[in-house]
Amino acid sequence: MLEARDLAFGFPARRVGTGVSLRVERGQTLAVLGGNGAGKTTLLRTLLGLVPAQSGSVDIDGAPVASLTPTERARRLAYVPQQHVPPFGFTVEDIVLMGRAARVSAFARPGRADRAAAARALERLRIEALAQRPITQLSGGERQLALIARALAQEAPMLMLDEPTASLDFGNRARVLAELDRLRDAGLTIVFSTHEPEHALAHADRALLLAGGRPLASDIASRALTADNVTRLYGIPVDLVEVGTRKLFVHRADAPGPVPG
Amino acid sequence: MRSLEAQAPRMRAGPALSDLAAHPAPTPLLRAGRLPLALLLLVALVVVAIGVGRYPLSPVEVLRVLWLHVAGEATNSVADAIVWQIRLPRIGVSMLVGAALAAAGAAFQQLFRNPLVAPDTLGVSSGAALGAVLAILFGAGFAVIQLAAFAGGLAAVGIVMLIASRLTAHDALVTLILTGVVVASLLGAGISFAKYVADPYNTLPAITFWLMGSFASSTWRELAAIALPAGAAFVVLALLAWRIDVLALPEDEARALGVRTRLLRGAVIAAATLATAAAVAVSGIIGWVGLVVPHMARRIAGPRFARLLPLSAVAGAAFMVVIDTIARVAVVSELPPGILTAIVGTPVFIALLARTRQAL
Repeated sequence: MLEARDLAFGFPARRVGTGVSLRVERGQTLAVLGGNGAGKTTLLRTLLGLVPAQSGSVDIDGAPVASLTPTERARRLAYVPQQHVPPFGFTVEDIVLMGRAARVSAFARPGRADRAAAARALERLRIEALAQRPITQLSGGERQLALIARALAQEAPMLMLDEPTASLDFGNRARVLAELDRLRDAGLTIVFSTHEPEHALAHADRALLLAGGRPLASDIASRALTADNVTRLYGIPVDLVEVGTRKLFVHRADAPGPVPG
Repeated sequence: MRSLEAQAPRMRAGPALSDLAAHPAPTPLLRAGRLPLALLLLVALVVVAIGVGRYPLSPVEVLRVLWLHVAGEATNSVADAIVWQIRLPRIGVSMLVGAALAAAGAAFQQLFRNPLVAPDTLGVSSGAALGAVLAILFGAGFAVIQLAAFAGGLAAVGIVMLIASRLTAHDALVTLILTGVVVASLLGAGISFAKYVADPYNTLPAITFWLMGSFASSTWRELAAIALPAGAAFVVLALLAWRIDVLALPEDEARALGVRTRLLRGAVIAAATLATAAAVAVSGIIGWVGLVVPHMARRIAGPRFARLLPLSAVAGAAFMVVIDTIARVAVVSELPPGILTAIVGTPVFIALLARTRQAL
């Protein structure tokens, strides 16, 4: 369980956001939304304990995140950062094994159990075939899956993903989101940031909307993600339309047919 | 999921780094076989190098002299004296210096995720040299010279990192190198000043001769004096090898994986600086080895530090033996090896730089 109360985050010289409270239960997914520069990444880094909170608290299973050692933190929380091209051509297997760092002592190398965990993670995401490929030579989607595999190898009950679908093509986006659903159903707690309100609606239990460093809404996804809130969040008129069982947000300028509600 | 997209990320974000480091990977089996091969090559080089000189010995004669000495049947032959008292310690010292500089370079490159850094481009060599020169200036003994070199090297890399972190340029790769070069040139001015105030009959020649980096007067004692700190540094780096791989990830990721990045980085910098200082204290500044050798080794060993470190060390040793053997016999009098490494290293560095700029 992850809980933040009246959190102010950012840096001493530049506060990024204030007044954020949120709560994610085990087996739930929280989506964090906000325009460019709204502070999504900084919020995630604060929840992860990588940046100290400016005020307020972040608790993981009841323990303040700041009180945990780096190892304890890494065993509870896994982080999938935003896409980047890694500096050295480590193989996917090497990268996934690095997820075991919190379980391998400083002077040791990963052992059999660690290799097994890495293999399980690759298998779970069905990317065993990539194991020996250098990470520098993967496509964006493959690299994203490799980074998720590394987080899974960490065997932490909580997963934080920073814009996991950004810069992915249509197919890879769907694959990654389906994977997140499966992981949530397997009992993991998931927090991810996204630029797609529809993804949040379809794949998250709860949603946090950040506008100008303040929470616009923090609620059950379907309650937080109303046409009104999304309109205010991005500053453009938006309608929520239903197509079959799917809900889509549409910019009003090109909304199809009569506007509901 | 592949095809076009596979190319895109490299062109988009692809800082030179990934381009320099990402090369077609040999199979793991091949990679594992490279180290024994390199060791064999090194031994062969050493045997040949022992025989080369004004009193030439064939490799077979060299092996015989070595064997007789080890077997306790040492004769008072000229060959025995030349091999055991003159050439072996010299070759040993040059090997250790090459290995230490290359290992330090490999560690710095991995640590800063930057294939262009090295003990010399980071200012560590200059800092160590200034420390050592000051110690020589005050007539200190060898242990103090070593300590001063270590302190100078640490101070230099500390200053370089501090300045580079304050300069928020978007090209962190080049910023670090430029800062290193600038600091190194300032330290060079400090060395010049020390030479200026040094006693011109006594201390100055000692400093000048030492700075040029020669192995001519190497002894077994010197060999031991460098083997100890360099060996300790190597063991620490080897033990931390896997962690150092994790440290090559971006800072946030390494921390999120549970690595105490600051502590680990401090340990790696200390170890790599100790190795550099050990080398500089015996042989002065010998540039380029720490830059070029680990880069070449990475192309063969791949990115994993557990493989990169030993191969760099062995290749550095082999490189230095070759350089010093040429320095011994190429001209009538001795040639400082630093001149030769510069002749080899400069064009390689320029080629590296050219490829970096192209990729940007």
